Amino acid sequence: MFATLSDRLADTFKNLRGKGRLSEADIDATAREIRIALLEADVALPVVKVFVAAVKDRARSEEVSAALNPAQQVVKIVNDELVTILGGETRRLRFAKNPPTVIMLAGLQGSGKTTLAAKLALWLKEQGNSPLLVAADLQRPNAVGQLQVNGERAGVKVFAPEPGNGVGDPVAVARAGVEEARRTLHDVVIVDTAGRLGVDAEMMQQAADIRDAVSPDEILFVVDAMVGQDAVNTAQAFLDGVGYDGVVLTKLDGDARGGAALSIASITGRPVMFASAGEKLTDFDLFHPDRMASRILDMGDMLTLIEQA
Amino acid sequence: VRLRERLSRSQGPLGRGLLALLSRDVIDEDTWEEIEDTLLTADVGVAPTQELVARLRTRVKVEGTSGVSIKDILRQELLTLVDPSMDRSLHVEGVDGAPGVVLMVGVNGTGKTTTVGKLARVLVAQDKTVILGAADTFRAAAAEQLATWGERVGVPAVRGPEGGDPASVAFEAVREGIATGVDVVLVDTAGRLQNKAGLMDELGKVKRVVEKQTPVTEVLLVLDATTGQNGMSQARVFREVVNVTGIVLTKLDGSAKGGIVVAVQRELGVPVKLVGLGEGADDLAPFSPDDFVDALLGEGA
Ligand SMILES: Nc1nc2c(ncn2[C@@H]2O[C@H](COP(=O)(O)OP(=O)(O)OP(=O)(O)O)[C@@H](O)[C@H]2O)c(=O)[nH]1
Ligand SMILES: Nc1nc2c(ncn2[C@@H]2O[C@H](COP(=O)(O)OP(=O)(O)OP(=O)(O)O)[C@@H](O)[C@H]2O)c(=O)[nH]1
Ligand SMILES: [Mg+2]
Ligand SMILES: [Mg+2]
Repeated sequence: MFATLSDRLADTFKNLRGKGRLSEADIDATAREIRIALLEADVALPVVKVFVAAVKDRARSEEVSAALNPAQQVVKIVNDELVTILGGETRRLRFAKNPPTVIMLAGLQGSGKTTLAAKLALWLKEQGNSPLLVAADLQRPNAVGQLQVNGERAGVKVFAPEPGNGVGDPVAVARAGVEEARRTLHDVVIVDTAGRLGVDAEMMQQAADIRDAVSPDEILFVVDAMVGQDAVNTAQAFLDGVGYDGVVLTKLDGDARGGAALSIASITGRPVMFASAGEKLTDFDLFHPDRMASRILDMGDMLTLIEQA
Repeated sequence: VRLRERLSRSQGPLGRGLLALLSRDVIDEDTWEEIEDTLLTADVGVAPTQELVARLRTRVKVEGTSGVSIKDILRQELLTLVDPSMDRSLHVEGVDGAPGVVLMVGVNGTGKTTTVGKLARVLVAQDKTVILGAADTFRAAAAEQLATWGERVGVPAVRGPEGGDPASVAFEAVREGIATGVDVVLVDTAGRLQNKAGLMDELGKVKRVVEKQTPVTEVLLVLDATTGQNGMSQARVFREVVNVTGIVLTKLDGSAKGGIVVAVQRELGVPVKLVGLGEGADDLAPFSPDDFVDALLGEGA
């Protein structure tokens, strides 16, 4: 499909082999290829620009180590920078001192929130927690039913006092959900919310109202790995509108390179915490920055390249 | 942290509206770069963007900028790419007295079910009789969601057992459509990622099984406007498997520009026919090349 960074750099590096150090022209040529590869992986343009500038700076100033030739050096710098940004502030879920711990999900329409709610519930259950799912998307047709079916599959109780499809107040349901958890001794509450656009002020206010009603310990921003350049606008709009502590990347079982991970992590400084990779409830894992770095730029091949260079 | 600081400083010109920029008299390198940036940030993609900018540069060199403005040239070139002459009509007329059959396909969560509901509304408003087929037997509550849409717009939905064979539900919906003499059958399918061979085979089978009765007259690929370069791979594979005849670009009411369809149309020749502009029943519109190009360039919408 796309030429990966390693394909691109392989050509550039052919001419570099055996040279002692990188000339300014070498660095420019390499930087151009890195730029294109990042753009084709859907890394947001402003992030690409800053990233490439940073790589150039380092490539220019760094002592060329004795162990590596200049080409290897560049690959290593790119890899290091990627992993640093992606994994900068990796951390685990924050649990409340006084249970229940409240986790709220937010994101665009169709990003995978409802599926993730059930995956997260199952995962927490398997770690000995007792989660309660709260159906606070009362807008999308049959969102409540979807959560109920998924909750049943996960063997997790679903709090769904309102039928949805436009009936009921999501803020009240979320609030009641936390009370219900306290009463029935569930130690984690996961609040599923309706999909909303970053530009929809009214819906964004609703999310903020839900947040204020339940004081979440964690707000997770759920984003589809196929998203393109708009990732940064949306990520920023949700950060301004409701705020969030961590990011979940979904649909990673597809063949999208997932540049959104890099874009969002670098624009917002919020770490990607979980990876969702399939429609089954067990297709869920902690996020691994190093795997994501190789996915974005096909670093698997790049490591081979280092050996050949 | 260092990166983030630099980032906040680098976000200047984007979003300022390209056409305003182009009304400057002199086109310097920065302007060319900003043209390129505008296209890239709309998801048009590296190769189409570079080609377009190269063509613009040549035209400006040859024709100069007097007479026609660079603004008009850019708009023209983009419009040419989007190709206003393509046939964007929906093929919902059946063959030999049978109903027209529309198959809605795409990856997970793009808006297929919603688009089926909206499209049913449009057809009903044109005095056509419509029936829905719930061939997503996989996702939790997918059939209920489609049935809710059916109630909303006043058309029946044919459903099968959960976890059942999607091809037989589709077959059944079309059989029912033929038997009751409706004008159009709209078949909703489960979301599937294009790299899953088994699920793509299943989709091919849905189409083949339906066509034992009557041809599928329209296969609509639903693409989410937020989709990046992966949209190209989606379009290629779905076209291969079910011969896509049109694209629906959804969620254009957000901040995404949907520039990926430029590459999709250009490479595959499949026209964008409809756009989704919201979650309501009336939020479906025909694709307008002019409006789309204006939005890409940050004008109007
Ligand atoms: N292949 C794959 N599909 C997924 C994944 N996560 C979710 N999905 C699918 O994506 C579609 C949308 O998922 P939902 O969980 O309904 O998304 P949502 O964000 O709740 O959607 P709205 O409530 O409408 O905003 C469904 O078809 C899910 O089965 C994933 O990791 N991989
Ligand atoms: N803002 C906006 N939301 C939309 C649009 N079209 C669909 N949606 C929303 O996107 C989400 C997913 O829509 P669905 O119709 O369920 O998508 P789907 O492709 O059928 O999803 P799966 O069957 O799970 O693959 C829902 O929340 C819809 O309300 C649109 O044009 N604009
Ligand atoms: Mg949902
Ligand atoms: Mg659907």
